[in-house]
Amino acid sequence: MKGRPGSLSAGRSVMGRLVMSRLGAAGFSLVFVIVTIFVITSALPGDVADTLLGQGATPEATARLREALHLDQPAWLRFWHWAGGMLTGDPGRSLLTGHPVSELVLPRLHNSLLLAGATAAVSVPLALAAGLACAMFRGGWFDRIVTFLTLATVSVPVFLIATLAVFVFAVQLKIVPSLSDIGSIHSVWQFIRVFLMPVLTLTSVTVAQMVRMIRACMIDVLSAPYIEMAVLKGLSPQRIVLLNALPNAIGPVVNAIALSLSSLLGGVVVVETVFSYPGMAGLMVESVAARDIPVVQCCALVFCVAYLALTTTADIVGIASASRKRDA
Amino acid sequence: MRDLFALRRKIPPGTRRILTLLSAWLLLALLGPMLAPHPPGEIISGEVFGPVSAHAWLGTDYLGRDLCSRLLWGIRYTVAICMMSTALSCCAGIFLGIATTVTPVWVERVLGRLMDGLLSIPSLLFALLVVATAGESAPALILTMAIIYMPGSYRTSRALALRIVRMDYITAARARGETRSFIILWEILPNMTDPLLSDIGLRFIYAVLLLSNLSFLGLGVQPPMVDLGSLVRENILGMAYGAPAVVVPTLVIALLTVGINLTLDRGRV
Repeated sequence: MKGRPGSLSAGRSVMGRLVMSRLGAAGFSLVFVIVTIFVITSALPGDVADTLLGQGATPEATARLREALHLDQPAWLRFWHWAGGMLTGDPGRSLLTGHPVSELVLPRLHNSLLLAGATAAVSVPLALAAGLACAMFRGGWFDRIVTFLTLATVSVPVFLIATLAVFVFAVQLKIVPSLSDIGSIHSVWQFIRVFLMPVLTLTSVTVAQMVRMIRACMIDVLSAPYIEMAVLKGLSPQRIVLLNALPNAIGPVVNAIALSLSSLLGGVVVVETVFSYPGMAGLMVESVAARDIPVVQCCALVFCVAYLALTTTADIVGIASASRKRDA
Repeated sequence: MRDLFALRRKIPPGTRRILTLLSAWLLLALLGPMLAPHPPGEIISGEVFGPVSAHAWLGTDYLGRDLCSRLLWGIRYTVAICMMSTALSCCAGIFLGIATTVTPVWVERVLGRLMDGLLSIPSLLFALLVVATAGESAPALILTMAIIYMPGSYRTSRALALRIVRMDYITAARARGETRSFIILWEILPNMTDPLLSDIGLRFIYAVLLLSNLSFLGLGVQPPMVDLGSLVRENILGMAYGAPAVVVPTLVIALLTVGINLTLDRGRV
């Protein structure tokens, strides 16, 4: 069959083009991110050598450090070496300890992924259930309570929820330690005890955001004419949401979930610090406080790549679901 | 001028509510420290994490300083820094957002790509990067947050302006031979103020959240200055006793952000 306008293959090629252009934009954003990270950390006023050695440093010591850090080279050459190193998996050495940055970052990255995975595993089903229930009983007491709670949660800083969790579970109930010690995990119960509070905090933030977005998606789909038809046929609201609306809302809902997961990042930074969780965000905050620039750069790049991957996935799912709707 | 007066009469209730709330916080930030019963750095009691009393209205902090006075100063710094950065980011974002609807297409292409690039760096991460090199000074914080929230404001105002620029009265203004800046300032902008205001309110909340998180991490406002986030940070040990020194600043942050968000939400529904 030749591809007529409006036929399946024509729809596919339009979709392919949209996806390619979205991937191109992501590629541009990646380059932008790499350049921006370098510019902010290297070109802003303030000499790293001066900052590191403090005011009492002799000029010779500063000069030697500047040479060791290649600060005497022009900016574009430093950028070339730095970006090349980053892309080939050699992000340099820590200014503080002298260890290779990759040795510092990799175990921390593993821990962070563990935390993010646990959070996603808990929050996605929970948010789906709550979001769908809100759409089913829209305007009812459940919907109103959830809407208020999620609004309150997304509009307070993450550390507020984290400190509240510490207060309730570690100070009042004394059932969990207030610090996360991954080394002491030997059983499932210990695993739960260590992860409970960080995951709980992150989950409440993520779920709140997802529920708001999922609810909005569902309500958008529920305003379609075929839903009105189903209502007129006398179907129950539960049946309509699950069987008529949900299949058509999967694209936007997955999009919403991916976007919420990408905004998890700000939460991770705070949560890892509050609970002394040995993850990458914690490492980054420590390195920022110590002005250990190579570690900061590497952490920032890893985070940005993860963020970019999630937002791009969200958009591509959105494009795919929109084009499916066009085909239908 | 006549446009402005006509606008004032037509302010919808949602917009009026949010304006009232924002000006109340601004007033508290301006006048609050004058009402403070003690200097913010003075140790007034030997008792740390003291309870509420006639001498210390909201108890004392981890050094025995008056929490009420420190809170009033903290509100000033939080509100001032966040309002300034919101004003900067929204002025730039709104102007550019509207301007790109009346300028040649390539301007939008370039600018839009740049804004997308900025949007692909998570806000807290961006702030951490700047703090790592430029330090934690207040101007650096304001400028950083202004840059972080500009792309969002740009996108919203561009989307709003795109709808307006197709209207007949814009075509009429063009036919009259009005300049671009006149069309931006007097034809497009006055017709999108209400949705813009709720966008500005939202960005102010984001700024408060970001600043509080930064200060809580110890990478935002530095002593002897104090903001709401650093108040929570320095008194965090009082959590174990449920001291007002840590509970009250937390509540004030929640009051600020949830209050504005609820007001915006009511306007939206």
